[in-house]
Amino acid sequence: MIRLRVKLFASLHVYLPDGAECNEVTVEYPAGITPNALLAELGVPREMAHLVLRNGVYIKPVERDRPVLGDGDAFAVWPPVAGG
Amino acid sequence: MAWTGNVLRVNLTNGSIKSEPLNKQWARDYLGQRGLATKYLVEEVDPAVDALSPENKLIMVTGPLTGTMASTGGRYSVVTKSPLTGAVACSNSGGYIGAELKMAGWDMVIFEGRSEKPVYLHIENEDARLLPADEIWGKSVWEADGILHRRHQDPDMRISCVGRAAEAGNLYAAIVNDLHRAAGRSGVGTVMASKHLKAVAVRGSRGVGNIKDPMRFMQATEAGKKVLADNAVTGGGLPQYGTQVLMNVINEMGAMPTRNMREVQFESAHRISGEAMHEPRESDGKPNLTTNAACFACTIACGRISTIDQGHYTVKNKPEYWHASGGLEYEAAWALGSDTGVDDIDALTYGMFLCNEDGIDPISFGATVAAAMELYELGAITKDDTGGLVLTFGSAEALTTCAELTARGEGFGKELGLGSKRLCEKYGHPDLSMTVKGQEFPAYDPRGIQGMGLAYATSNRGACHLRGYTVSSEVLGIPEKTDPLVTEGKPELVKAFQDATAAVDSSGLCVFTTFAWTLDDIAPQIDAACEGEWSSEYLLQVGERIWNLERDFNLRAGLTGKDDTLPKRLRKDAANVGPAQGMVNDVEAMMPRYYAIRGWTEDGRITDETRQRLGL
Repeated sequence: MIRLRVKLFASLHVYLPDGAECNEVTVEYPAGITPNALLAELGVPREMAHLVLRNGVYIKPVERDRPVLGDGDAFAVWPPVAGG
Repeated sequence: MAWTGNVLRVNLTNGSIKSEPLNKQWARDYLGQRGLATKYLVEEVDPAVDALSPENKLIMVTGPLTGTMASTGGRYSVVTKSPLTGAVACSNSGGYIGAELKMAGWDMVIFEGRSEKPVYLHIENEDARLLPADEIWGKSVWEADGILHRRHQDPDMRISCVGRAAEAGNLYAAIVNDLHRAAGRSGVGTVMASKHLKAVAVRGSRGVGNIKDPMRFMQATEAGKKVLADNAVTGGGLPQYGTQVLMNVINEMGAMPTRNMREVQFESAHRISGEAMHEPRESDGKPNLTTNAACFACTIACGRISTIDQGHYTVKNKPEYWHASGGLEYEAAWALGSDTGVDDIDALTYGMFLCNEDGIDPISFGATVAAAMELYELGAITKDDTGGLVLTFGSAEALTTCAELTARGEGFGKELGLGSKRLCEKYGHPDLSMTVKGQEFPAYDPRGIQGMGLAYATSNRGACHLRGYTVSSEVLGIPEKTDPLVTEGKPELVKAFQDATAAVDSSGLCVFTTFAWTLDDIAPQIDAACEGEWSSEYLLQVGERIWNLERDFNLRAGLTGKDDTLPKRLRKDAANVGPAQGMVNDVEAMMPRYYAIRGWTEDGRITDETRQRLGL
């Protein structure tokens, strides 16, 4: 198992598991879980996961079916957002 | 067409007011607003002039789509020479006064000279007159706005006004319109006050009717609105969370300028974020955010309207601050918040209210306070200098007291009103000023977003995110994702953003539409409204021409390629955490390629060939 700091922002906050504070919760998942599998586990529709970061670094869509997440990682997700 | 064809020229020295025809050829070459007014400025003002002398001019200008049914078609700009940077200044604002000016029948108002006594300009359609401002001089924007509305007995009148900060010579004073929208950057309000012009009050009832092909224009604007509504950002994210949604994004990726840009992540970002603005307070059960709001004709509605907890120390027993008003946008939240280390969202909102009430740029103000806090920490500034104020990072009381003093131009607030460059020079640490060309940085640390370093360094108005917002691509993936940590391809990206933005800024539309629209969505709207043919390709050419025109003004004002750089901290001190840990901004590596694709010499001058190609 690996422990991940899951962060769901903006309108995705509704998908946060119980116990989340300030859009963040630490949860255990099976080692090797992929970003897309994790999104499915959380119930986040894939088309809403626009900006997906591992420790602040963008995970490209082609990498989201690969086991790129490790123990202690921060996994942060936003729907399409912008500002200025 | 779409332009009214009328320019109002106001000589403040002798009080004369004249109408003259718009130069149509310049409109064809520079479109409107930012580009067109810059052309007038370049033709009429010696770039070497003292920005606060009567010889400088101040131009309030609309775009051809301002006042029309095009979504976001309510923008206007203020163009002048900046007292903060010595470079060209162009500050853009929404709200309603731009559309009102256009509907009064004017494309632009050019202010010349300096009035002996304080005045304001009252415009009611073709009738324009200068009136004594004795009653409103020395008053805040909010007070003056109320007085003028009562005096003219016209609730529909729109007002742009400067506050006490501008009158006191604050170098980053804004011109506030409609109470909480602002032409905010580069000290355009300082220039206005230097001319003893307190306000411009406008009532226009003529509409904007001279559209080239009305039916095609309706179809084009309708199609544009559908694109905005269907887009997840402009149709959902921006109205719900506003620009403030970026607080957690930028912090997470380690590009959040913190404590005068010493650090790149703010541990309390979540407490001052867009999400936090939605959370009910413990004290009164209400969220900071009251509602969102739209400017004229806007179908996005990203604006934040906030209310401060009435029991908060900043407004306790001060009912004049209990109403809902313009709240924290991302740039203000960052500058007042993470850059000073303050995480009290109501204190930041109070600071924002004061910036609006008396017309100061919250970016430059917050960044200057941050610089002062670092100087204080070093012992370069002491309580003797601040009048007893303890300027420690993270102190909400210090921040809000600074805001009160700076807004009113009192005490240490007068020093803060100099901006961080002059303040840090005065106290012996010029390297601590986080500025380009004397203007303070916005909310993206360029060590973690490499393209923004080049965009800042080459921005014609000093450090600015809105001159080439490569964050859109490097962070948000709009129109396509690029890697923020590499320099390859960034000169091309920066140039493309700069040129396209210059065109959008000249149209009367809001640049936020470009999160959904490309020039292919914008060109049909301009083409249906305006005389001539306006393709995406031509708009890009217009944008490039504007960029070079601004550059030419700056070079003649005395700036050189050596000014296209970043503070040492961002070039030499590596980011301490996050994805950019160990990295600096490599602006030197990007500059030669940028100059080359701009058609400039190795030292940043515009070549004759480029001038010829662009018709400069």
